[in-house]
Amino acid sequence: MSTVRLLVGTRKGAFILTSDGKRGRWKISQPHFAGWELYHLKGSPADPHRLYASQSSGWFGQQIQRSNDGGKTWETVGNEFKYDGTPGTHQWYDGTQHPWEFKRIWHLEPSPSDPDLVYAGAEDAALFRSTDGGRTWKELPGLRSAKGHLWSPGAGGMGLHTILLDANRPERIYVAISAAGTFRSDDAGTTWRPVNRGLKSQFELPDPQAEVGHCVHRIAMHPSRPDVLFMQKHWDVMRSNDAGDSWHEVSGNLPSDFGFPIDVHAHEPETIYVVPIKSDSEHFPPDGKLRVYRSRSGGNEWEPLTKGLPQKDCYVNVLRDAMAVDSLEPCGIYFGTTGGQVYASANGGDSWKAIAHDLPAVLSVEAQTLP
Amino acid sequence: MIRVVLPYHLRNLARVDQEVHLDVPPPLTLGSVLDALEAQYPVLRGTIRDHGTMKRRPFVRFFACQEDLSHEPAETMLPNEVVSGKEPFLVVGAMAGG
Repeated sequence: MSTVRLLVGTRKGAFILTSDGKRGRWKISQPHFAGWELYHLKGSPADPHRLYASQSSGWFGQQIQRSNDGGKTWETVGNEFKYDGTPGTHQWYDGTQHPWEFKRIWHLEPSPSDPDLVYAGAEDAALFRSTDGGRTWKELPGLRSAKGHLWSPGAGGMGLHTILLDANRPERIYVAISAAGTFRSDDAGTTWRPVNRGLKSQFELPDPQAEVGHCVHRIAMHPSRPDVLFMQKHWDVMRSNDAGDSWHEVSGNLPSDFGFPIDVHAHEPETIYVVPIKSDSEHFPPDGKLRVYRSRSGGNEWEPLTKGLPQKDCYVNVLRDAMAVDSLEPCGIYFGTTGGQVYASANGGDSWKAIAHDLPAVLSVEAQTLP
Repeated sequence: MIRVVLPYHLRNLARVDQEVHLDVPPPLTLGSVLDALEAQYPVLRGTIRDHGTMKRRPFVRFFACQEDLSHEPAETMLPNEVVSGKEPFLVVGAMAGG
C-alpha cells in the first residue's frame, strides 16, 4: 500500500509526518534541527528518499541539509550562496538603492529528473542552482537583470519563494518574488523576463500595472498543463492561460481575495484551493472561521470547505509554502498554520482533520506519495 | 592546545558534545583561532563569520577571560590564559532579549 510522507518546516525545527494510504492515522517524528527555522523541505521527484532542507537562524545563518534515506539521517551540504559578480543594488524602503545581501533560503525545488539538480530561492531575491546535490551553489544572475534595481522588499523581506519547473520542458522555469512579481525563463535560467501583465496592485504600487513590483504571494501549476498558472497575489487570485504572458482575475465570490497559499488538485487541473485571509492588516481568517475555498472551474466560482476545520475563534494564518497535495486517489490536501496545526483532507477537501495540533508555527508543508 | 566552547546549536552542527580542542600555530590571534576552528569543522563556515567578508555575524559574540573580544580586529592577540589552555575561548550566541 502507498504511504504519504509530509515534510513540515516550522519556526523551531522540522517534523516528518507519515501515514499509510488511508491517511487516517499519522505518526509525528521527533523534531529535526530543533530550535532552527526550517523555511522549507522538499523531496526529489526522481528519488523520493533524497530530501533537501533549508535550515536557518538569525544567529548562525544558513545551512542546507540533505538526506538520502527519507529523513532518517541528514548531512550538511554547501551553505555558501554568493551573488554573481558585483551584487549591485535594489530599491530600499526609503527609495535609495541598497546592496543585495544574502539572508536565507526560502524555497528549495529539486529537479523532476535529477536528484542532484536543485534550485534554491533566496532572500534577498535571487535564484541559485546546484548540480552536485547541494554541495556547491551558483547564482543564475540573469534573473536580477530583469529590472532587479526596481525590486523592493515588502515588510516580510524580498524573498524568492516559488520555483516551478516544467518536467517536459526543462528549459522553462517560473519564479515568484515578494515584492517583485513573477518571472519566466525559457532558456534554463540564463535570461528572464517579468510576466506580470494583467496584475493590478492599486493599493501597493503608484503605477498599479507596473511591469515589476507586484507582491505575488504564490503561484501554482498542474504538471499536465504547464501553461496554466494560478496566483495568489497580495490581494486578488489570478489566472494565466498563456504561461504568464497575461493574467486575469478569478477571485469571484471569495469572502476575501487576500491570502498566501494556492494549490492545484493532483488529478483535476481545474480544481484549485486557497485560504482566504481577512486582509493585509489582519492576517487571520475572516470571522474567525478557518475555511479552505475550492474552485472546480479554475477560479471565479468558489465553495467553502469547512467540515473538520474550526469555525469560531480561529485566528491563525496559513503561510505561502504551507499547503500541499499528495497524488493518491482521492487526492489528499494538507496545510499547516501559524498556530502549529497541520490539517489533512483525504478526500479532496470535503472534510478535514487536524493531524498535528501543537507544533511550532508552520512555515511549509510538502507531501510525498511513496509506493 | 586551545580550548573553544561553542554554543548549543553550533555544537550540534559540528557534532561535538563538549568543548573542542585546537592546535593553532603561533601567533595566536582571534582570527587564527577562528580559521583553525573552521578548518577542523568546515560545517561551521558561514555560521560565525560571513562567507566572503569574514565579518563576525551580528548575533555572535567572542569572550575570553571575562573580556568581550567581539569588536576586536582579527589580528588581536588572545590572552595568555587562552594560549596556555588554562581558560577557554568562548563563541557565544547573543541574548535574544524578551
